Amino acid sequence: MIPSSFDYVAVDSADAAIGALTEHGDEAKLMAGGHSLIPLMKFRLANPTVVIDIGRVNDLSYIRDAGDHVAIGALTRHMAVETSDLLKADVPLLAHCASQVGDPSVRHRGTIGGSLAHADAASDLPAALLALGGSVMVKGPNGEREVKADDLFVGFLENSLADDEMITEVRVPKATGAGWSYQKFNRRAQDWAIVGVAAVLNGSAGVSLVNMASTPLRAAGVEEALASGASHADAAQRAADGGSPPEDLNGDAEYRTHLAKVLVQRALTEAESRKS
Amino acid sequence: MQIQMNVNGTDRSADIEARTLLVHFLREDLGLTGTNIGCDTSSCGACTIHVNGESVKSCTMLAVQADGQTVTTIEGLASGGEMHPMQTSFMENHGLQCGYCTPGMVMASVSLLNENPNPTEHEVREGLEGNLCRCTGYHNIVKAVLAAAE
Ligand SMILES: Cc1cc2nc3c(=O)[nH]c(=O)nc-3n(C[C@H](O)[C@H](O)[C@H](O)COP(=O)(O)OP(=O)(O)OC[C@H]3O[C@@H](n4cnc5c(N)ncnc54)[C@H](O)[C@@H]3O)c2cc1C
Ligand code: FES
Ligand code: FES
Repeated sequence: MIPSSFDYVAVDSADAAIGALTEHGDEAKLMAGGHSLIPLMKFRLANPTVVIDIGRVNDLSYIRDAGDHVAIGALTRHMAVETSDLLKADVPLLAHCASQVGDPSVRHRGTIGGSLAHADAASDLPAALLALGGSVMVKGPNGEREVKADDLFVGFLENSLADDEMITEVRVPKATGAGWSYQKFNRRAQDWAIVGVAAVLNGSAGVSLVNMASTPLRAAGVEEALASGASHADAAQRAADGGSPPEDLNGDAEYRTHLAKVLVQRALTEAESRKS
Repeated sequence: MQIQMNVNGTDRSADIEARTLLVHFLREDLGLTGTNIGCDTSSCGACTIHVNGESVKSCTMLAVQADGQTVTTIEGLASGGEMHPMQTSFMENHGLQCGYCTPGMVMASVSLLNENPNPTEHEVREGLEGNLCRCTGYHNIVKAVLAAAE
């Protein structure tokens, strides 16, 4: 399978990328690692007429200690996130979620910015960002703004960026010593989650769901129940509140709803045991 | 589009369509048919090569993305007529039967040991999760990688 024809522009900076986006409008697509975009283009589900390759914008590949949070350049590969000592110590949930993406060859190419921008409800990193209460820095022709994870995922494979904006940085609050867990339920190696649950217990609880709606989803019902003092078991019963689980060969909505409850319970138990 | 990359130690340049997949460029333009195509959907790993020393599925990369980079395919692993220790280990441990997955499996295994020189059996299995083999049941592949690590 070969993508349909397109014009290819390689850029070496965020500003050049934004310039190219401004010039080509909604006909253009950024390409970071290409590990979501190229499969879509091969299946002709995406047919951009211009591809703007940001894959070699090397100064957007970094993981930095920024005081109360860790700053990660948008072009940082999953493998770098997974193996970062800083993240393993201060935001272990994120490093772990990155290690759950596909297989090592996928993680050598795919980027954190691409994964978040792609906004796939079945993907691992958006769930981590939601549970951690993180944000992304978004740059456009008129400067930079911060978008909270809660405001980033707006529809099926749809983020809240304008056509001429790009994600430049991901910010995750440090959660040193917090309890955390990621429960990814799948049936084959290297597969996507049938359902996944990310949980952070850090004073308050952050809980999010993978593949339980058309977007990555905060488990608002669970968080609310925990905040009002419910037990883990009772809170887990509200796992699917506000969700609209997809139905496919792996399971129907009822099955996913059941799975979400079981996995939330497991995630809370594991997170509790990791608290220090 | 004009591209230039180092493939197996030799600088290669070509004029290609931007939509050309790296695996097609290697096989059809450069004649390096050691890299196989299995699934064509980034699931099986038959097309695994190295870009700048790291394993990559070349069916899910455009040739233009490798412009200016260093690419190694299975043909470039041996040096001076000597097989790479991983190739020898696959041979000695019967890490292959039909051989279709083998080029990708060997490339992924070399990348795995570069990142983790002393893996446990479990780490080898996890590290090769993106490479499917329909023949061996993986047992001897894992054995070959562990032997090569020693
Ligand atoms: C075989 C396989 C298995 C996978 N398994 C998993 C899995 O288990 N879990 C999982 O979470 N993911 C999985 N993935 C997807 C992987 O995580 C991708 O790397 C990721 O979704 C996209 O990152 P990318 O850098 O490749 O983005 P690209 O494919 O380059 O881009 C994806 C989208 O994001 C946009 N974009 C990219 N960068 C930016 C930016 N900086 N600002 C704004 N927009 C941007 C692009 O325009 C495009 O629309 C898998 C992929 C493959 C091929
Ligand atoms: S052919 Fe590339 S992963 Fe199967
Ligand atoms: S040896 Fe036949 S597919 Fe692996």
